[in-house]
Amino acid sequence: MRKYYDDIRRIAGNVVTVRASDVGYDDLAVVSTGRGDSLAQVIRLEGREVSLQVFAGTQGVSNNDRVRFLRHPMQVPFSNDLLGRVFDGAGRPRDGRERINADGVDVGSPPVNPVRRRMPDKMIETRIPMIDIFNSLVESQKLPIFSVAGELYNELLARIGLQADADIIILGGMGLRHDDYLKFRQTFEDGGVLGRTVMYIHTAADPVVECLLIPDQCLAVAEQFALQGRRVLVLLTDMTAFADALKEISIIMEQIPSNRGYPGDLYTQLARRYEKAVDFDEAGSVTVLACVTMPGDDVTHPVPDNTGYITEGQFYLRNGRIEPFGSLSRLKQQVNGETRDDHRAIMDGCIQLYALCRESREKRDMGFEMSPWDRRLLKYGELFENRIMNLAVNIPLFEALDRCWAILAECFEPMETGIRQSIIEKHWPR
Amino acid sequence: MNGRIIAVHGNLVKAETSTRVVQNSVGYCVRGDGTRLLSEVIRVRGNVADMQVFEETRGLRVNDPVEFREEMLSVTLGPGLLGGIYDGLQNPLPKLAEQVGYFLTPGQYMTPLPTDNKWTFSPAVQTGAAVQAGDTLGTVPETLFEHAIMVPFGWRGTYKVQRIAEPGDYTIEDEIAVLSDDSGQEHPVRMRQTWPVKLPLCVARQRQMPQDPLVTRVRIIDSMFPVVRGGTYCIPGPFGAGKTVLQQITARHAEIDIVIIAACGERAGEVVETLRDFPKLQDPRTGRSLIERTIIICNTSAMPVAAREASIYTAVTLAEYYRQMGLNILLLADSTSRWAQAMRELSGRLEEIPGEEAFPAYLESRIAALYERAGVIELKDGRIGSLTIGGTVSPAGGNMEEPVTQGTLKVVGAFYGLSRARSDARRYPAIDPLESWSKYRGIIDPAKVAKVRRLLARGNEIKQMMTVVGEEGTSIEDLTTALSADVFDNCFLQQNAFDEVDGATPADRQIFAFDKLLEVLELEYAFADKEQARRAMVLITDLIRNWNYAAADTDEYRDRLAKIDRFIATKGQES
Repeated sequence: MRKYYDDIRRIAGNVVTVRASDVGYDDLAVVSTGRGDSLAQVIRLEGREVSLQVFAGTQGVSNNDRVRFLRHPMQVPFSNDLLGRVFDGAGRPRDGRERINADGVDVGSPPVNPVRRRMPDKMIETRIPMIDIFNSLVESQKLPIFSVAGELYNELLARIGLQADADIIILGGMGLRHDDYLKFRQTFEDGGVLGRTVMYIHTAADPVVECLLIPDQCLAVAEQFALQGRRVLVLLTDMTAFADALKEISIIMEQIPSNRGYPGDLYTQLARRYEKAVDFDEAGSVTVLACVTMPGDDVTHPVPDNTGYITEGQFYLRNGRIEPFGSLSRLKQQVNGETRDDHRAIMDGCIQLYALCRESREKRDMGFEMSPWDRRLLKYGELFENRIMNLAVNIPLFEALDRCWAILAECFEPMETGIRQSIIEKHWPR
Repeated sequence: MNGRIIAVHGNLVKAETSTRVVQNSVGYCVRGDGTRLLSEVIRVRGNVADMQVFEETRGLRVNDPVEFREEMLSVTLGPGLLGGIYDGLQNPLPKLAEQVGYFLTPGQYMTPLPTDNKWTFSPAVQTGAAVQAGDTLGTVPETLFEHAIMVPFGWRGTYKVQRIAEPGDYTIEDEIAVLSDDSGQEHPVRMRQTWPVKLPLCVARQRQMPQDPLVTRVRIIDSMFPVVRGGTYCIPGPFGAGKTVLQQITARHAEIDIVIIAACGERAGEVVETLRDFPKLQDPRTGRSLIERTIIICNTSAMPVAAREASIYTAVTLAEYYRQMGLNILLLADSTSRWAQAMRELSGRLEEIPGEEAFPAYLESRIAALYERAGVIELKDGRIGSLTIGGTVSPAGGNMEEPVTQGTLKVVGAFYGLSRARSDARRYPAIDPLESWSKYRGIIDPAKVAKVRRLLARGNEIKQMMTVVGEEGTSIEDLTTALSADVFDNCFLQQNAFDEVDGATPADRQIFAFDKLLEVLELEYAFADKEQARRAMVLITDLIRNWNYAAADTDEYRDRLAKIDRFIATKGQES
């Protein structure tokens, strides 16, 4: 027998409070209004009062509409039929095709026991030298791309998605413009990977609560695929929109904000999602790449700041290039010792010299005299930017390493590079 | 069942009860499917108790039963802890993985110590002896140590040993002694005992001044900003500056008996690294696997927040327990900011009046109380035990003015400020030599350290001046000073953590290298021009760096040292 409750006591923001009994925390409910049905989730129990977060928003909900409880938490249907499909934040098909008929899996599953995680040790080659040489991407890594509005971060994300070899790609779009969504779709179609892609897309026009559900659905599905032994790459864009949705809702819930209006548990909320990145012992893996736009290009803004503390490094995309400073892959040490013996030496040496080059440029810009050493550094910087940093460069790792040696030899004496002798003897171009 | 749920909000549950409720006691919220979720009473108002649940509260309902207990949140102490990997509530993770699988399902709890292991017990007291809390009744060998079986710490007064077990093999549940109190009542003693995590565990004659240097084999720490056994230090730094790597290096190389790693609200991947690497790594001082001297407490960022708050206390209590055996313990907490944030989340749910940045007003006193649990103690039998606490701090936005960093700086003895500028330039460890400080005395003569610090400060001033007046406006003497400061930075302060030799420098080599560098820095150079000065400094940097990579007592080592001496002898003229 279906039981309905219609004693709605309060409607504010996206939250409806109804009197009901025997309701589980975190359970789903359906709110039926004149405009149709919307899913909602229990976010607070207080005596007989149950507060529900309504996914489609509360516009048009009246105080005698009906609520029905589903007696289970948020679920997402899971089967291989998901591949090639597109859904919205509430899990409805966005591609005009029929619903998926499969058993649901709970979103927000418990954390993985650390002792059942493998140590990440497989490099993902992207053919972008700034990533492959300097900050290698590793399977099961969680890594954000810090960028600002106007940069082509979605394009970079799509390119990595295409070129990295993963069994399954899951794209989660939050607050996406509709044409960005179409562009992703087009890119994946042209790249021939649409058949192994699942998309969960929330556009800027959709209700804000649905934005919150995107990462959870993506990661729940990714986890299931990984448990089947597949290597899954999850692309999330833009996590700042996700955090802003959290902020909006927590303020409506009258939570005390901690920093610039964001809730005190922002770190935990983000971590619970990013930590779904995992390399299962004796099963597959989930790698998470996320775009984070920095409001005002400010890395100390709470969203990039909290993200940086959670993720295993970050890429800065600025002026169309991946910045060598600040960009970091924490897991690179797990893989770059195994590639080629000069990989680490080139990685450190080239960046240290490029840092010196920037100092020389500052001096030059202030009108100081350039010493011969300064001039060598300036030349190096120029070559390094054009032949390595340029995002148009699309070459495999070893070729990129050789290219770095060529640039060093063109500009410096071996000793000036700071690279240790044994490596120089072996690799210095003659 | 002596209570029922009346409200649920996040991990906070309000429960009504008709019986007595003890503040900070534990309780279980029982979900509809029978799962019991561990909770702690954190506020009592009339007959309503506010409880923080150490698990996800998903599925709890109003009117679900609550079981209140009398005891406070406690850890189990006894042989078998070393090498253990626990969550914040001391559940053994490997055993959970065996029984439950990939995920940490709520409501699954296990006994922390193996109950079927046999330990070889040797009694240390005889029947009739008078003993007090903390006195050793006997010992069992545990990895490298003689694990003392002590009179339970919570027992007050003097007891008489009625019976003591014969030498032999026993499990932690077996009775190894019977003690009688003044009234003649008998109390059995087992190898395991419990202690509430939030109360400091310290049974000692007195606390002593910490002054014995703790060698970490990180040059910038040991030589410039030393820490001592029983001292405290903190490592604040923005993300990506190398806090965790520094903690991991310390965990490996620190010259200490036992290391306890508390991974608190940080990445699971880092814990995995430790728990996969440590069993394979050898402790160079003992030849045994590193894991045998390590206990890992991990509550990673995805695990429930309330247990994160508890995890630090769990770790420090285990550390204090081993200190009672006269051992030197190092507790590495990464990161105390996540612990503070857990307090903030809870304080918000309790609707307490917020302090700065919404942290609770009691934040500073909690931080101070935690670091105060470190220290050197003289046990009743004269042995000395120490507990050193090193905590990382993750200041929001890298801004050290924030409350957790400030609260920590007030109470620690050494401060290693990590700087983004240094880590961006790959100058690791990215400890800022101009900002950091230590109140302790280390392995290098303080006068020499002061000399180097003056040089580094002066070098920095000159470099700042040079950005205004340029190199042509700088005298050759000043330029040489600035370059010398760079030499010290490059050759001594920076260390390649991923190199076998350079990654860990023993104390004697540090002292030797420090003196050698002082010789180089104090040379009276007479360079013809600035280009020559620069070349000389590039050369000596290269020589010393390669010397750092050479293992002691090898031809390579001697060869490179000879070249450095030659440089000193010719005052760099031959470059």
